[in-house]
Amino acid sequence: MIETASRPPSDASAPSTIKLVDADVHAVVPSTEALFPYLSGHWREHVQATMFKGPVENSYPRFAPTTWRPGTETSGSAPAGSDLGALQRDVLDADGVDVAILCCTYQIDSLHNPDAAVAFSQATNDWLVAEWLDRDPRLRAGIVVPIQLPELAAREIDRVGGHPGFVQVALPARTTFPLGNRIHAPIWEAIARNHLVGAIHFGGAPGTPPTPSGWSSYYFEEYVGMAHVVQSQVVSLITEGVFDLHPDVRVAVLESGFTWIGPFLWRFDKEWRNLRRLVPWVRRAPSEYVRDHLRFTIQPLDAPASDAHFLEAIDQIGSDNVLMYASDYPHRHVSSPARLLDLVTPGLAERIRSGNARDLYGLH
Amino acid sequence: MVATAERPGTTAAPLVRPALIDCDLHNELHGDVWALVPYLSERWRRHVKTMGTRSPSGGFYPRFMDHRADARPPSGRRAGSDVAFTRENYLDPCRVAYGILIPLSPAAGQQNLEFGAALATACNDWQVAEWLDPEPRLRASIVIPVEAPDLAVAEIRRRATDRRFVQVQFTGRPHEPMGRRKYWPIYEACEEFGLHVISHAFGSYGNPLTGAGWPSFYLEDHVGPAQAMQANLVSMVTEGVFERFPSLQVVSVENGMGWLPSLGWRMDAAWSLLREEVPHLSMPPSAYLERHVWVTTQPMEEPHHPHQFVQLLEQLGPLVDHVLFASDYPHWDADQPDAAFPIHLTPELERKVYFENAARLYGLG
Amino acid sequence: MPRHVVAREGEIPDGGRKIVEVDGRSIGIFRVAGDYYALLNRCPHQAAPLCEGRLWSGMTVSDRPGAYANRADVPIVSCIWHGWEFDLRTGQSLCEPQRLRVRTYDVFLEGEMDGQSEAGHEAVAPEQSLVATTFPVESDGQWIVIDVDRRPAISGTPRRDR
Repeated sequence: MIETASRPPSDASAPSTIKLVDADVHAVVPSTEALFPYLSGHWREHVQATMFKGPVENSYPRFAPTTWRPGTETSGSAPAGSDLGALQRDVLDADGVDVAILCCTYQIDSLHNPDAAVAFSQATNDWLVAEWLDRDPRLRAGIVVPIQLPELAAREIDRVGGHPGFVQVALPARTTFPLGNRIHAPIWEAIARNHLVGAIHFGGAPGTPPTPSGWSSYYFEEYVGMAHVVQSQVVSLITEGVFDLHPDVRVAVLESGFTWIGPFLWRFDKEWRNLRRLVPWVRRAPSEYVRDHLRFTIQPLDAPASDAHFLEAIDQIGSDNVLMYASDYPHRHVSSPARLLDLVTPGLAERIRSGNARDLYGLH
Repeated sequence: MVATAERPGTTAAPLVRPALIDCDLHNELHGDVWALVPYLSERWRRHVKTMGTRSPSGGFYPRFMDHRADARPPSGRRAGSDVAFTRENYLDPCRVAYGILIPLSPAAGQQNLEFGAALATACNDWQVAEWLDPEPRLRASIVIPVEAPDLAVAEIRRRATDRRFVQVQFTGRPHEPMGRRKYWPIYEACEEFGLHVISHAFGSYGNPLTGAGWPSFYLEDHVGPAQAMQANLVSMVTEGVFERFPSLQVVSVENGMGWLPSLGWRMDAAWSLLREEVPHLSMPPSAYLERHVWVTTQPMEEPHHPHQFVQLLEQLGPLVDHVLFASDYPHWDADQPDAAFPIHLTPELERKVYFENAARLYGLG
Repeated sequence: MPRHVVAREGEIPDGGRKIVEVDGRSIGIFRVAGDYYALLNRCPHQAAPLCEGRLWSGMTVSDRPGAYANRADVPIVSCIWHGWEFDLRTGQSLCEPQRLRVRTYDVFLEGEMDGQSEAGHEAVAPEQSLVATTFPVESDGQWIVIDVDRRPAISGTPRRDR
């Protein structure tokens, strides 16, 4: 169904023409009907004839334009982020983006019926290829997978992973088991086999609670708390030895903040010093794995009022190779990435604008 | 020329710092629930003997770690279970002016809530008889059946007149986020009696240990309290608990403190965006943290470079006055009072962290 | 006086230890697989009596997640408080061997001769590590001696500098 093509050979020595990479923009499935061309007759009829409409839940509040960037909610009933033309106009052209990485958070993980989960992830990936990747050469995307079914997720990665537009696999922050758990081994093997990046994104619908103390009342809590969920995922990936098994695998963490990274790593390193014997395959301090294997997008900034404190938080990460520019279009944020880019050294600003993403995704 | 020493090293550093208030001192139950049986009614003694205890399972990991070997009493009792030995092994040599007891009892985790309440009462009676009465430097936390707030309030009322009980104890991961309406009667009682709420790391009521599900290793369990506490503080702020109970103070114990500045930044940014959803908040979230949250030092933050600890203190700003020294004696990850900090504190800060902040919070002098 | 008699040969059983005080320093003398090691009894982390910690059957190593192996040739003591692991041969921490190191001391039996002190240990001992020798001198009076001066002092990194 999808032609496989090898990625263009990398030539790191030539100066890159890619000056700005937006590592987190959203492609939203506007309606179940939009996937009809990519669904079998069985599922089309099922959706048309019954109450089942596919994964209609969303990591962002439904019908809540407060989380959308002003101006994105214009296209009638279609949700923000579902229109390629608007993305081209508002982000790619407006910001001068050379490459943008699409993240589709369609909640395949909410479908407990395994056959529906597979059918809808296949349809979503085929839709991403036909209606986004094939229509603008500046776009790349993450493969949508049924994370709850690791063997089938791996099969889907193998099915479409050769398409040059797919550069990563979209993994929800909220899962039934942490992403490093051995239950997810087939996914990491497929990511490594296909030379892709694992991309942990905001949200997820595993049906288990979003905090260790159960379900919260407000979206506000879930939004803030996603950083803590992601922290647990980072702990899992490193503790379980995902990067020891797959030394070439890298993980992008999207839309979950970064000002917490330094102090989070102090604690993680400390516990490893105490408890190394339990996980002897972890041979270096966790912070070193983070600097070598993990990348974080910068929106939301979650910045303090004080520039000095903001710079300290960035410095505490301990590497210039960790942060990547992102708009998180079409979501609304309080601070512009410009605040960060203007504050850091020009060298670091260049790494954030494009250098780190170029290296991560092999963009040249 | 040759000299042997039996137990050297425990008081290695010169005693220059002020006498301290230890805000996380554990009184352990020797023999777990059996230590409480003498304090139970006949009805619940029979229950223990016939049914044992029953908690939501899952969450105990192979760990390679036990309580501190040098804190084991010569009597052979469990470390931390013998007040005389705690006195001789820790309170005296480390110059502890006051120790705030935090028992890790099976009460709050019981699925049978009436039994949990009976265990809580027994545990508090045990604290009075075996800890507070014999040792005047000790203060205690009121153990409550967290998941049965009506019974918890009854227990708080039962203890409130004994001013040696200074706070009310939550587990690290209660069944619902701590801000939820379910727990408000407990906060109301705390306000009424001038008691604080503490959340001590670990201890759950059946939810997966992280928002991403159950992790595999004790190492993950041991990083996890930082995330669990943040989730619970976010809940308390968001639900407006501090608007409703403006004098309530929350003490986070054994959850670290390095995450506190960035939590405030993230919440404030989110509040600018989502203020519509939480109109009951009259201040930026970080302002509630500054007014209502206290943090204990153990496990001490160990930054990659010492100057980053100074940065942390500066970022905490006014919250430096809410930092409380804690040892976690006699657990394996306890901090030694004279060697805990990765930097030299200024004499003023030393006084605050080791003594004055806690003295103000608990009314000790 | 650089050398100090610290024990009688045979006094420390294999797998055992003796903690002694020499010139005001507390030092742990360990005997593992017939060899003696001496380590300053002070953890560089929080100054715990390190040598009172557990002596392990070896170093837990792994070549992949889920695989555990024991290197019995690497004698490990873990700190009595936080469990930080140190290699008895070098005093180096397993987690941060370059930054965290406990001072080690040479251990001799009285009558030790130059040039024989490393016999039998080349395979596992790092070049800079001096290890104990077993060298019987007299049938009725063999003493274990440590040298507190010969080795350059590599103290544990003080906490203020971490």
